[in-house]
Amino acid sequence: MNIVVLIKQTFDTEAKIQLTGDGKVNDQGVNLIMNPYDEFAVEEAIRIKEAKGGEVTIVSLGGDKAQEAVRQALAMGADKAVLVNDPALEGADHYVVAKVLAKVLEGMEYDLILTGWVAIDDQSSQVPGRLAEVLGLPQANVVTKLEVEDGKVVCHREGDGSVEVLEVPLPAVVTAQKGLNEPRYPSLKGIMQAKKKELKKVSLGDLGLPAEEAKAKVVGYQLPEARQAGKVVEGEPAETVSQLIEFLTKEAKVI
Amino acid sequence: MDFRFSEEQLMMQKTVREFAEKEIGPFVADMESKGQFPREFLKKLAQLDLMGIPIPSEWGGAGSDYISYIIAIEEISKVWASLGVILAVHTSLGCFPLLNFGSQEQKQRFLFDLAAGKRLGAFALSEPGAGSDAANIKTSAKKTGNEYILNGSKVFISNAGEADVYLTMAVTDPGKGPRGISAFLVEKDTPGLRFGPPEKTMGLRSSSTRQLFFEDARVPVENLLGQEGEGFKIAMSLLDGGRIGIGAQALGIARAALEAAQNYAREREQFGQPIASFQGIQFMLADMATQVEAARLLVYHAAFLKETGQPHSKEASMAKLFASDTAMRVTTDAVQVFGGYGYTAEYPVERYMRDAKVTQIYEGTNQVQRIVIAKELMR
Repeated sequence: MNIVVLIKQTFDTEAKIQLTGDGKVNDQGVNLIMNPYDEFAVEEAIRIKEAKGGEVTIVSLGGDKAQEAVRQALAMGADKAVLVNDPALEGADHYVVAKVLAKVLEGMEYDLILTGWVAIDDQSSQVPGRLAEVLGLPQANVVTKLEVEDGKVVCHREGDGSVEVLEVPLPAVVTAQKGLNEPRYPSLKGIMQAKKKELKKVSLGDLGLPAEEAKAKVVGYQLPEARQAGKVVEGEPAETVSQLIEFLTKEAKVI
Repeated sequence: MDFRFSEEQLMMQKTVREFAEKEIGPFVADMESKGQFPREFLKKLAQLDLMGIPIPSEWGGAGSDYISYIIAIEEISKVWASLGVILAVHTSLGCFPLLNFGSQEQKQRFLFDLAAGKRLGAFALSEPGAGSDAANIKTSAKKTGNEYILNGSKVFISNAGEADVYLTMAVTDPGKGPRGISAFLVEKDTPGLRFGPPEKTMGLRSSSTRQLFFEDARVPVENLLGQEGEGFKIAMSLLDGGRIGIGAQALGIARAALEAAQNYAREREQFGQPIASFQGIQFMLADMATQVEAARLLVYHAAFLKETGQPHSKEASMAKLFASDTAMRVTTDAVQVFGGYGYTAEYPVERYMRDAKVTQIYEGTNQVQRIVIAKELMR
């Protein structure tokens, strides 16, 4: 069973977001990691491979630094990787990314496409769904348990106090949610082998794609306003209640 | 000049750091307070191929390099110094002598399982009357038939009682001084080998330090490492590498203390502001950081010399001496930054300070390190 895992390099969850002078997100000195939800997808793919055989291929879009995330996936146990690295992809939106990924996948043989249900940076959850549409594949999202059977996967999705179980024919796109598994740490031997595994870097030209105009463009970034210290209303209960009402009606204007 | 780690070393550093912080860190305070040996954590290290980092893969190791091993000791010791020293003794003094002096048959019997982390190694040199004066050991080994009969005792043996194989130095020819000492691979279940009660130590409470007693202990001749009379040479050859390892352990402890002090200074408020805003604290932190940086450079430079096959005896001693003195100073200052809270077991800095002390003592006291350095200067 051949599996393609789509991964994205993102800021560390603990990174402090700052803007540059010209209003862009400052990535200087920020620790970069593999999107944690993609890590669940990588782990699941490797587990399926270990149980059923086949090959796991990592596909990612990004600059030179994104190689680190790709190597990590290879060190965990994936077999090979493709990194689309093209300056023309700067500012690419989800429409463009899905199109490029579809093109990369065109030349591959796969039974299953796995990825995280959301990336922790833009939190848009757009790419997997768009990709499935472009490729004409069924999709199952936010999956916490995955069972591979003959020609299909059984996907468990958790709702409020219930579990939805889907049977999806292969090939399909499945997105991983926290709880699917506990991703492994790469072993030292894995890290050493990762260097020898194939990591193919391709440009849009190599894929035969023109630089495509993004449908959505980022106009600007703004940091959320810093949180103000809370107000403590002190005194006797009767007094404080009227103070509080005054505050809620006049200052906060919520009632 | 090139101060960079390779891409592989960086990924290894990141992995070990993350693993140590998330999978080990939460358990350390409890394990240390109970003085529990980290058996389960050694299994986890083995799963990540960390029990034989610089040992070739044909002998069960990861087949990585010496610098990667030093990185692992530093990162693990930063989170748990006890686990760091167990790994350092196992690798530097348990695995390396077999790799360098073992016969094919001995490597197959011992090294494979040691480097894969299935068995644990230890090293028995010091005796009640022979610490720094290591050539003066009295434990005897007499050959009878196809066995050596060992008699005597060893003190302050790290991993004792927990390890499966003890590389033991004993006198085979009393007339020959250091050249009459031989090295034996003594297995834990050897008849006539007994362990003293665990020492109650100031720090490193999850590590194991015990005495070894040999009472007509019978060791088969095929467990002699190298030739008769080569024991002292083998022991001395291990020390340089071992010292870099302890330097890395001390560096890890010092970094932990510095980070804790930095974070606390930013949080702790006095006189209406964080204590980090006071120059008295800032200067302490600046000095601590500078010493840690200098220790780091000495440790990795010595490791680099060893890795590239250059002479490194003086540099290994300098790294061990400076890094351990740095660990002692920086952990003491970290307790000071924490004030009264630093003196309580509620915060980890008192543990760092207790753990730091022994790095100035074992693997050659810092006085012995100075002798080594001076000897090299006077050549």
